[in-house]
Amino acid sequence: MKPYVRFPRWFGLALIALALLLLPHLLTQVGTAWVRIANFAILFIFLSLGLNIVVGMAGLLDLGYVAFYAVGAYVWALLASPHFGLHMPFWAILPLGALLACIAGAVLGAPTLRLRGDYLAIVTLGFGEIVRIFMNNLSSPFNITNGPKGITRIDGMNVAGMNFSATDTFLGIPFSGPTKYYYVLLLLLLLVIVVNLRLQNSRIGRAWVAIREDELAAKAAGINTRNVKLLAFAMGASFGGIAGGMFAAMQGFVSPESFVLHESIMILAMVVLGGMGNVWGVIAGALLLSFVPELLRYTVEPAQKALFGKMLIEPEVLRMLLFGMALVLMMRFRPAGLWPESRHKREMSEMKEEAA
Amino acid sequence: MDIFLQQIINGLTTGSVYAIVALGYTMVYGVIQLINFAHGEVVMIGAMTAFTVIMAVVGLGLPLPPALIVLLGVLAAIPVCMAIGYTLERVAYRPLRHAPRLAPLITAIGMSIILQHVALLIWGRDPRAFPQIMENTSFAIGGAAISSVQIAIISMSVILMAALTWFVYRTRFGIAMRATAENVHVAGLMGIDANRVIAGTFIIAAGLGAVAGVMVGTYYGIAHYTMGFILGLKAFSAAVLGGIGNLAGAMLGGLLLGLVEALGAGYIGDFTDLCRWPVVSGMLSERCADGGHVVLFGSNYQDVFAFAVLILVLVFRPSGLLGERVSERA
Repeated sequence: MKPYVRFPRWFGLALIALALLLLPHLLTQVGTAWVRIANFAILFIFLSLGLNIVVGMAGLLDLGYVAFYAVGAYVWALLASPHFGLHMPFWAILPLGALLACIAGAVLGAPTLRLRGDYLAIVTLGFGEIVRIFMNNLSSPFNITNGPKGITRIDGMNVAGMNFSATDTFLGIPFSGPTKYYYVLLLLLLLVIVVNLRLQNSRIGRAWVAIREDELAAKAAGINTRNVKLLAFAMGASFGGIAGGMFAAMQGFVSPESFVLHESIMILAMVVLGGMGNVWGVIAGALLLSFVPELLRYTVEPAQKALFGKMLIEPEVLRMLLFGMALVLMMRFRPAGLWPESRHKREMSEMKEEAA
Repeated sequence: MDIFLQQIINGLTTGSVYAIVALGYTMVYGVIQLINFAHGEVVMIGAMTAFTVIMAVVGLGLPLPPALIVLLGVLAAIPVCMAIGYTLERVAYRPLRHAPRLAPLITAIGMSIILQHVALLIWGRDPRAFPQIMENTSFAIGGAAISSVQIAIISMSVILMAALTWFVYRTRFGIAMRATAENVHVAGLMGIDANRVIAGTFIIAAGLGAVAGVMVGTYYGIAHYTMGFILGLKAFSAAVLGGIGNLAGAMLGGLLLGLVEALGAGYIGDFTDLCRWPVVSGMLSERCADGGHVVLFGSNYQDVFAFAVLILVLVFRPSGLLGERVSERA
């Protein structure tokens, strides 16, 4: 039986595009804060798609992803703020941040990637901490990072004379600062989604999945495992660098406080929850976990106050507890994620039969 | 005062703590070839539990000798940590023993986040000061000083290492452990219950961790819910330095790492003082005048040493000082 009306495929996509384009204006009606929350959600989707290349596709556990995010943010902050009196344009610093993050990733990955996977996990974990120590201490004897105080008054984005921090009006519609960033982020997101989707079935993408499933077999099939893993690692890192640059521009302020281990864990939880390796799953996971803190803030606090008269568990702590449990439960009961990649799902279930 | 000798003594003290924690990593790695990511948190819980017990006993005001009070703290921390170690194995590792390697690593990370935040809920966000009940008498040796706490820590860890070595090489369970580490399947054929051995290994590792936690707490006089993270990282580096999976290696690696860290932190300031460098000091003549210093990296970079050691070992000798080849995947 045929359906009554058959919409062409482009029609649905056009509807989604329209909704995404109108979203910031609708959110502005509720409050500008919500546009900002949406921006951060997009930034986290961006980050988790970057990490998805490393963890999801290539199966390399990177626990210090936030360090690359920090590199990108500090590159932007140092080259476009009164701190050094430099005000370079975004088209120079955004790629530079990506490049430096990529180099950091390659330098870190080169010695560890030829070893077993768990070494990479712990080395990246340590690297995240070391980057933070450097950010905190590189304020003397020469003040590079301004220490724990961070760098303030960072330039926003500035494209062709349009300042992204101020409100402009086009065709009678006001475009606030966050709204303009929303469109830039949406554009970048589109880019990273396309890259991810194209990678998934490319030669390299298949090589990554092969390594994830069985490195020895992949090697036997003629894949240069070390180089291909290094590529995944460096590529993921450079996406982190771009996201970091956008973060610095949006916030106008960076400090070591923003780049703690918890952020890495949160991004990892997004990738794991959504389904490692599956682009749409990861996006859903990132969206879900970006709004969880907001949700907790509006529900848990009043609920606890009403029930016990005081706050027993801060929403922040509860959030981390939930993330920890999500990681454990997901691996136990749905290792391929809530929305698994079909191939991955097949392999995971085969494996279960084998084990049984 | 002889600074060099003093740094050696301090390094041996922290090093013996690292060695005890590193043993925990290495034992677990030996039997299941996986890193127990949550081991650092177990150590933290040990320190926190002991802290609570010591505070409670001190609060009672009984006329007990201080060493006995600390011992009570240790005796309380050990079973708590052992229970956590067992839970870790049952929840995070056993159900995923045949899963891809990524899976148990992720569950262990999840468990470590959970443990950290449960500790935060119980003991609060602020660092807890350990009551300084052990009287800290110093003894002079060759121009340096060694405190009674340092002596206690070093001798305690020597006893623990000796006991563990005896246990692993002389008891039935120890032999079963080594057989499992060698080959799980063949050990199974010999009638060894792998599940029991693996659980037992986690429990022993956690017990050692508990003692290490109390050592750190009494040495630095402070305990904090995030202390396990960096301590775990350092101890892991020590285990890799010695050769992961190798008991003697973990002991050696721990002591060496402690020494590297103490000497490094003690001297890096002097080495990176630009005013001592011939050409550079000329360019910085203003800031170097009147005995000024331009120190590039001071002792606040202490935590970086362990990481640098880890990277260097992985680059030049991934098998560690005493270990076998680990570069291929099992």
